Amino acid sequence: MTATEPVYVAGAFEHPTREAPDRSTMQLHAEVAAGALDDAGLEKDDVDGYLTAGVPEYEAGLTPLIMADYLGLDPSYADTTDAGGSSYISHVGHAVSAIRDGRCDVALVTLAGRPRSRGQATGSGAREVRSFQDSFERIYGATNVGMYGMAAKRHMHEHGTTSQQLAEIRVAASQHAQYNEHAMYQEPVTVDDVVESRTVADPLHLLDCCVISDGGGAVIVVSEDVRSELDRNCVEVLGFGEAVGHHEAGRIDLTRTAAERSGTRAFEAAGLGPEHIDYASIYDSFTITVLEAIEDLGFCEKGAGGSFVEGGTLRAPDGELPFNTDGGGLCSNHPANRGGMTKVIEAVRQLRGETNPEVQVDADIALAHGTGGSIGTRHGAATVVLGGEDR
Amino acid sequence: MTWDPRPAPEVNPETERYWQAAADGELLVRECLDCGLVYHYPRSRCPDCFGENVEWRETSGRGEVYSYSATRTMSGWPEEDLPLVLAYVELDAGPRTMTNVDADPDDVEIGTRVEARFVDVADSDIAVPVFVPVEN
Repeated sequence: MTATEPVYVAGAFEHPTREAPDRSTMQLHAEVAAGALDDAGLEKDDVDGYLTAGVPEYEAGLTPLIMADYLGLDPSYADTTDAGGSSYISHVGHAVSAIRDGRCDVALVTLAGRPRSRGQATGSGAREVRSFQDSFERIYGATNVGMYGMAAKRHMHEHGTTSQQLAEIRVAASQHAQYNEHAMYQEPVTVDDVVESRTVADPLHLLDCCVISDGGGAVIVVSEDVRSELDRNCVEVLGFGEAVGHHEAGRIDLTRTAAERSGTRAFEAAGLGPEHIDYASIYDSFTITVLEAIEDLGFCEKGAGGSFVEGGTLRAPDGELPFNTDGGGLCSNHPANRGGMTKVIEAVRQLRGETNPEVQVDADIALAHGTGGSIGTRHGAATVVLGGEDR
Repeated sequence: MTWDPRPAPEVNPETERYWQAAADGELLVRECLDCGLVYHYPRSRCPDCFGENVEWRETSGRGEVYSYSATRTMSGWPEEDLPLVLAYVELDAGPRTMTNVDADPDDVEIGTRVEARFVDVADSDIAVPVFVPVEN
């Protein structure tokens, strides 16, 4: 095993459900695990590594234990890193390291959750003071959308970004979602539809916000030895990077994210740059999340994101930077309020040539980027660069 | 008006002085005597140099709005507190602090000068700082 041994995503599965009142969350974990194993052509007994951020509605902890117990796994490597929605991109990177260290050969990553069935609404959030920082934040009614609203407001102030430009991001996602039979919202929308939708936390409108959906997904990351035995088209993990952004002791900059650092690290590991990316899955909890990530990953200059996304830049198949061709979290799916998993899955579909044909890009190199937590307080950023088999 | 029924802060040994000072009408920040960093939220060890030589420092309670977002409806939030203006205020003392600006959203802009006010928490000896717009 070496630090440069090729490591692959061999299986990927997104649960088709968007509302699952008739299933337990654990059941969804098992269903997506089975789906990804089937996709890879592997059996459960092949799994010797397991990664998940856990079961959000269960606060009992002991995640690696309850999950291995429920799924019947015997992992020699387990990782329950929780950095919010970016976790599942981090898990891919961590699985690569574990495989290169010889700690496992077949790493299963699962995500599942049911916030929709549990009645969560956009703009709502837990009121309880649980963490140390909640006493300085949540007591003031800080919701996720309120915090991202502050980021959008500051970005507009510093760079002249407009609501219409943010709306372009939703418009592109909705154009893609019309071809995804599982997407929660399949109707294409216009810029006017977005800016005329109800304001949730200004300047963000309802259509600037992602869906709240039940569901889940899983991926299987494997060593070269395992891949060589599989018939499946596998996607190579070329580079990975992660970073944490936070208050910096009172110097928080709401216009910048830790994607500046996670992206640089991933590109350096891959020996590639933003100019090589044919397709990008970019975390889209809100439209502003996409805009800031596009800038911070280096697809355009800081502050130029608003003009960059105008004119169909993000639209597949012909835009300069086709993004979120499944419809993303904005239109299709944001299972467990943690969209990193679906970002990886759609990037894998693109590189395998298996996404919906109307939005299939001729892609050799793809990027998946996650933003977890809140850019209004503290967030995880994780970036993975993937390469297709025949590139 | 008291802070309730909004969620009350959890007071712990590291933050007790901050909340009690608020009840006396003082907004405190932390200052590191080793590296000079003035910071918020309060921590006993400097988050820059990790030194323990840290003191409380009184501020003027004044600053300006760094950013804000107004929410007109929020389930479970007291009706008289809506619309709710969530904000970061950059204190004249330095750090940016998350807070509420108690004002009509139309009267708030980035750069608006604000000053701290303190809302008592019922059945306790602490208060919560919020801000209101003031003339320059």
